[in-house]
Amino acid sequence: MSVMSRILAIDRRMIFLFIGLGTAVPLLWPVNLPITVTPRVEAAYQTIEALPEGSTVLIAMDFEPDTMAELLPMSIAVLRHCFRKNLKVIAITLYPAGPGLVEPALRIAATAEHKERNKDYTFLGYKSGFQTVMIGFGESIRQQYPVDFYQTPLDSIPIMKGVDSYAHIDLVINLTASSAADYWIQFAASRFHKALILGTTAVMATDYYPYLSSRQVLGLVGGMKGAAEYEKRMDLFGDARRGMDAQSLVHVIIALLVVLGNAALFVTTRKAP
Amino acid sequence: MSLVETWIAAFLTLCVFSFLYRDNPFYRFAEHLFVGAAAGYLLAVQYQNVILPNVWMPLTSGTRTPLSITLAVIPAILGLLMLARLWDRMAGPARWAIAFYVGVYSGIAVPGYLQAQIFAQLSDAVKPFEPGWGAINSALILLGLLTVLAYFFFSAPHRGVHGLGARVGIWFLMIAFGASFGYTVMARVSLLISRVQFLLRDWLHLIPTT
Amino acid sequence: MRISLAITFTVGALLIALFFIPNYQAQAVNAKILEWATIVYAFALILGSISLWNTHWRKVKTQREGWPYSVVTMTALVIVTGLGVWQGVGEGSLVSRIYNMVNSPLASTMFALLAFFIASAAFRAFRARNVEATLLLVTAVLMMIGRVSIGEFIWKGFPGFTEWLLDVPNLAAKRAIAIGVGLGAVSTALKIILGIERSYLGRSR
Repeated sequence: MSVMSRILAIDRRMIFLFIGLGTAVPLLWPVNLPITVTPRVEAAYQTIEALPEGSTVLIAMDFEPDTMAELLPMSIAVLRHCFRKNLKVIAITLYPAGPGLVEPALRIAATAEHKERNKDYTFLGYKSGFQTVMIGFGESIRQQYPVDFYQTPLDSIPIMKGVDSYAHIDLVINLTASSAADYWIQFAASRFHKALILGTTAVMATDYYPYLSSRQVLGLVGGMKGAAEYEKRMDLFGDARRGMDAQSLVHVIIALLVVLGNAALFVTTRKAP
Repeated sequence: MSLVETWIAAFLTLCVFSFLYRDNPFYRFAEHLFVGAAAGYLLAVQYQNVILPNVWMPLTSGTRTPLSITLAVIPAILGLLMLARLWDRMAGPARWAIAFYVGVYSGIAVPGYLQAQIFAQLSDAVKPFEPGWGAINSALILLGLLTVLAYFFFSAPHRGVHGLGARVGIWFLMIAFGASFGYTVMARVSLLISRVQFLLRDWLHLIPTT
Repeated sequence: MRISLAITFTVGALLIALFFIPNYQAQAVNAKILEWATIVYAFALILGSISLWNTHWRKVKTQREGWPYSVVTMTALVIVTGLGVWQGVGEGSLVSRIYNMVNSPLASTMFALLAFFIASAAFRAFRARNVEATLLLVTAVLMMIGRVSIGEFIWKGFPGFTEWLLDVPNLAAKRAIAIGVGLGAVSTALKIILGIERSYLGRSR
């Protein structure tokens, strides 16, 4: 068997080993490669930065543990930005397994920025239905959420005083791993004309460039790389930035594997009669 | 997380990673445990966040009038009809709940997609080119849009000018899908980085926590 | 069947009409119908969990291959649901601790496996067999390298070039796809409302 044929026949567990080592080694011995903030992440940052102190922000953290690697660091960075700007934060989730991640994200960000629940932010909890909740906010938040996640009536929460629909919200931020982003664009941005920023997994990020062009979405933070850029912009060193060296190395390994696979195939098919 | 909780989480993580070697009882145990725990969490969250505040509380507390009780009972009945699907005899009435639900989402979809995805995107596509060198990008975007739409138009055969347009459209699609694939790789690798970070930092303490 | 179709038509047409009527009483009706849909959706998710229970119960009862694992599933379902209904699911509760120990690591690790499989699949199957495949492959490799820190290290213009790929050809194609998807969604929704599409109701007896 020629060298190239052997390469093509390599056991996939060897590939798994390369990927595993490519992930672990940079985490153990980081190099801290520089990160540049891309225009779309900068646009998201500037949209929040431009809000006056005391503005109300609705953050919908629509994700579950399967995508928390990308969206949890992003959530913490964005929340800390909102808290640093002294914005009033209303957090919700439209994913059933979301509360288990949203609560810690709020706690971590609020503790770091010395913010208090009900006074500076509130967590309304989970509600099923996606679109029905988003449209329902156009009429009455209290109709969808009579109480918050901790069963406190919304009328008893200081931060919710006078806030009952999109009319009282200055910015909508959606951090999501699913088609919830499409619906926030359809309803919050297009129907109710609210300023909207998206944070998505890298898988989906490329799909939302048309909405950036049409200004239905004002900024886009995509994947762990986007989260790392946002952390950089915020001068934070979180899990996303820590993972960037490993991200670079594994990408190089996969790119080399693709090139090697094609080169090996090219050589072996040329040699074949 | 406490030490015991971290060790349990690490054990279950390694159970799943063991699948990379081959399917085994540890992986299958972890898989089945996940399915049960996830379904249980979903049920508990539905109860605490939807059934209690939106169904039970309007019926049992606050200002109750015949109208408010009627308006609270109707969705409860529809919800119970949804559950009635489990019995063959109730399959007919169970369909009413599904019909209501599907009717709502279909009714929402029509203006939603028209406004946000069709009109807004067409409106952004039909605008003057940017000045200077940006005009090349604007022209390419318009060309790409028209040729990809030509590719997806299957009512006429892809021949002649239509065929040429479809061919160019395929090239734009390949670039878009290549970009999506590159980002998909990024997403999957990010998920792995997070798990390895947990194992090395939170479990084995081989990397610092700050 | 006829009652179901009438309900779908009435509700669907009403919601389309209410989109155009700004009157506050009409919008209050709109909000109420949407709240009802939220509640019905919750019951649909509950139905899914009950179906899961039934599937595993049948497996245990008939002692099909792998039935001990079904016991694990059912036990976890009962314990987590019971604790969640009794104590709540907020931070500090037992369910929250189970979520951090079990749900969160298992869900994230299941998806982390994909990194290995995507690398293996890219090596074995990603082949430049024709012009289109080559275009896809080259773009993917450029994205993989150009969008991470090492890309800028290799060539300062890499991030800008990949940004152009996203802002121009990718945008054009995704816009066309979005318009196509929108047209498809609208036509399917209208077919459902008008009763032309009935598959969602299942087979009538």
